[in-house]
Amino acid sequence: MGGTRVLVGTRKGAFVLTSDERRSDWAVDGPHFPGWETYHVKGSPVDPARIYASQTSGWFGQVIQRSDDGGASWEPVGNDFTYDGVPGEHQWYDGTLRPWSFTRVWHLEPSLHDAETVFAGVEDAALFKSTDGGAEWKELSGLRQHDTGPQWQPGAGGMCLHTILQHPTDRDRLYVAISAAGAFRTSDGGRTWEPINRGLRSGEIPDEDSEVGHCVHRIDMHPANPDVLYMQKHWDVMRSKDGGDTWHEVSGNLPSDFGFPIAVHAHEPETVYVVPILSDSHHFPPDGRLRVYRSRTGGDEWEALTNGLPQENCYVNVLRDAMAVDQHESCGVYFGTSGGQVYASRDSGDSWTPIVRDLPAVLSVEVQTLP
Amino acid sequence: MNDVMSDSVRVVLPAHLRAMAKIQGEVRLDVEGAVTQRAVLDALEREFPVLRGTIRDRATAQRRAFVRFFACGEDLSHEEPDSPLPDRVVHAEEPFRIVGAMAGG
Repeated sequence: MGGTRVLVGTRKGAFVLTSDERRSDWAVDGPHFPGWETYHVKGSPVDPARIYASQTSGWFGQVIQRSDDGGASWEPVGNDFTYDGVPGEHQWYDGTLRPWSFTRVWHLEPSLHDAETVFAGVEDAALFKSTDGGAEWKELSGLRQHDTGPQWQPGAGGMCLHTILQHPTDRDRLYVAISAAGAFRTSDGGRTWEPINRGLRSGEIPDEDSEVGHCVHRIDMHPANPDVLYMQKHWDVMRSKDGGDTWHEVSGNLPSDFGFPIAVHAHEPETVYVVPILSDSHHFPPDGRLRVYRSRTGGDEWEALTNGLPQENCYVNVLRDAMAVDQHESCGVYFGTSGGQVYASRDSGDSWTPIVRDLPAVLSVEVQTLP
Repeated sequence: MNDVMSDSVRVVLPAHLRAMAKIQGEVRLDVEGAVTQRAVLDALEREFPVLRGTIRDRATAQRRAFVRFFACGEDLSHEEPDSPLPDRVVHAEEPFRIVGAMAGG
């Protein structure tokens, strides 16, 4: 029987939750890096024992941690995220220009092909790559140096590159998303990039057809159908059926189309999950009811999943990197909240159980399906 | 003032950095030449490479905003990096203290 390992990043450290395929009893290990914000923890799909973590602090900066034993022990590796050349300027909240400045790593994406290769999405927005297990980092600077770079601006959380998707068969194709610049695609391994934001509508920006300036919160895709992308934008849930060339809205009957995470079922490419949040000024669920919404039709038609989730007086948030699915035959879905709960479903969302209740505020959730 | 080989300079680190560098108690560093903030921090980072970027910004080498330096009861955070440190630090009678600024969270 295979195992299940859930990797949780929180405001005050990282936690490793383990279970077998039944996913009913969980062991909790942590906190690792206690007291430090852990923005993201993710394992290599090539070698599940290899895990990377982004440990960060307003006091002491960025640390990248690496584990070679499934999260039992960790060693700091390289933390030199120096931009390629002299970084230019981007827009600040008030429209003035501000120099690019590294703050932290938001997202680590281990390669689909090589455990030593890992991508890092950082604030201020840029994409870095390491090919030696995180010891040294090199910027894929064609992204930041795109002609639209000076027009990029931060979202409320900072100007972060938070999503990195790898095409399952074409190694040269990557998708990234930046708040609040939008989504970008490369077809040459990261040398050149193009914005892929056609069809997005963001009422906050004057030019509704603007190439950039869209606050994309998260993108996901299913490897069996990599031309279909799903996006949770600041407002609006969007779908692309042509690899990002065009987008159309699939918010349908959601009670709110604001939210942060979006995830695709492990075995059903048209089954998608979101967590509606009341609004950008509230950051809690509508009506105090924590509901995951599932569409089995690629969007537009959504059903509320409530069994086991608090349906009164619940005012937590679920952040963009805090939802993931496992690969077991009966797909597991996991998400973490700002209240420190990690909820799990082992039946594709039909029912939920908190597998841990009182962690620090959860920033990220990833899951490994172990042989 | 102190342009000579010092005694081992004593350095006190904040708890988070001690934990990361696997240090218990004070650090003692041999600092060659003038004992300045820069020289002490260079020696510290040579001895403990994991601390690179945690006290000074990687790109600018500037003190990180929420890190402060104290010695002999004085706040030395805004001294020039190449200014000599007090003689009592040079002669290991007082430690050079690296402090995480008190701020909520």
